[in-house]
Amino acid sequence: MAKNTVSSARFRKVDVDEYDENKFVDEEEGGENQLGPDENEVDSCIRQGNMLAALQAALKNPPINTKNQALKDRAENLVLKVLTSYKSSDIDKAIQSLDKNGVDLLMMYIYRGFEKPSENSSAIFLQWHEKALAVAGVGSIVRVLTARKTV
Amino acid sequence: MYLGQWLYFPDKNLQILLDLIKDSSLLCFNMSLYSFGTKPISCHAWNKDHTQLAISTNDHTVQIYQKDGNEWKKIHELAEHNGNITGIDWAPNSNRIVTCAVDRNAYVWSLKDGVWKPTLVLLRINRAATCVKWSPLENKFAVGSGAQSISVCYFEEENDWWLSKHIKKSIKSTILSLDWHPNNVLLAAGSCDFQCRVYSAYVKEIEDKPSSTPWGTKMPFGEILFEKGESGGWVHGVCFSPSGDCLAWVSHSSTVCVADAAKEKQVTQLKIEFLPFLSILYVSEDNLIAAGHDCSLCHFQYVDVDNLQFVSKLGMAKGSLKGNQSAMQHFRNLDKKATTDADDTGLETLHQNSISQLRIFHGEKSNGAKFSSIGLDGALVIWDFEVPK
Repeated sequence: MAKNTVSSARFRKVDVDEYDENKFVDEEEGGENQLGPDENEVDSCIRQGNMLAALQAALKNPPINTKNQALKDRAENLVLKVLTSYKSSDIDKAIQSLDKNGVDLLMMYIYRGFEKPSENSSAIFLQWHEKALAVAGVGSIVRVLTARKTV
Repeated sequence: MYLGQWLYFPDKNLQILLDLIKDSSLLCFNMSLYSFGTKPISCHAWNKDHTQLAISTNDHTVQIYQKDGNEWKKIHELAEHNGNITGIDWAPNSNRIVTCAVDRNAYVWSLKDGVWKPTLVLLRINRAATCVKWSPLENKFAVGSGAQSISVCYFEEENDWWLSKHIKKSIKSTILSLDWHPNNVLLAAGSCDFQCRVYSAYVKEIEDKPSSTPWGTKMPFGEILFEKGESGGWVHGVCFSPSGDCLAWVSHSSTVCVADAAKEKQVTQLKIEFLPFLSILYVSEDNLIAAGHDCSLCHFQYVDVDNLQFVSKLGMAKGSLKGNQSAMQHFRNLDKKATTDADDTGLETLHQNSISQLRIFHGEKSNGAKFSSIGLDGALVIWDFEVPK
């Protein structure tokens, strides 16, 4: 009882949840087929100036179920590239062209973008966030927060 | 009358009657708001002729109120639990109340000589009970709990006590909501493990073998007949349609889902743009009402698979109601808040905080034109809704 536990505090680093037999584990769904958006396709669309198609291409095959972090990072960078090359005036039209699932997916990418800010990206993401929110409502943000597997 | 005025009289019960005509959908409905103080109402239940109301305001007791004109008079207090009451259900025909609480107990209350007497139910759970529902024939009831199980309780005549059987299959987390199928055997359960399931709660000791339904033919006790969920989104509320062929549920991921047993149990999901719902109710075979953290009621219609539509929000107060401030009000605002501005912190909706539960007030699910909602703002609202054909 009077033992000094400050120095020998190894027990404090034990993760008790690992030993819990009733621990909830998410179902493992096969993520092998998810390749992420096609970089070449997106690049060619941007070069041609077809921004709508570039956005659609960037949102295809989202790497939601994979554990491959590199794949997720690549997808994220690709989407960031597309979002930054958009003109502010075209953002509204772009979001109109997406369906409900598309806007939810875009919201997921926006929040991922918030996590790792680079010089100008936050301002761009905030703009996209405002427009997407106007279309999809707070429900889309709730779905980003409650999703257990995100991009 | 300014809509937020009742806040100044927290102990009185003011009734506000509003007649609003919705322009687009031409639905007329009345709403009556009753305030039961400032503490949130966690659960409520009505008696058979809806003259008495049992509520719990987030504490260990259940209060029963009697309707007296436009006011509610407290006539009974049911105090036996040692923890917050989480569920109340009133069996209309046998006039028994079942309550469950976080103290891992449930009691069945019977009225004897004008006093409600409790009978302990042996739930055999080691975590809090979260919800309770009488079956349609009132010969058994189901209690959901945090012990990852559902206790189906029935009365054993021999020993004069309530016994329970556990449903545990596949449940990996707390049960949040329950609803019985009209055939008195099937039970829908919404859980924190993101799944909505339909179980068989067939108790062979007290009933005959059930006939088959679109949900399945073999129904041994505890069998799962339907299981669906997406990762992410606790299932807060479940409700069978009046015929029992459809099952609707709302989850924390801001979605409303309907499973259609008649169409091979296909699930239609609708993503909504509001904050998550906590409760869903069928008011006719095709019409659903959902309410929750958005503090307002939403009306949905389910026509067929992949055809679940949001119709409208109900009970939005018109802005013009706030316009007329009397001189007395001006002075009151100045005195209390040092400002003459109208109270802009009040919500436009009738409820000023999340709505925790919806219940049929008058009639049944098949023609539930009147239903009630309770909220974390301590208010009870009775809605008179004209169901569109």
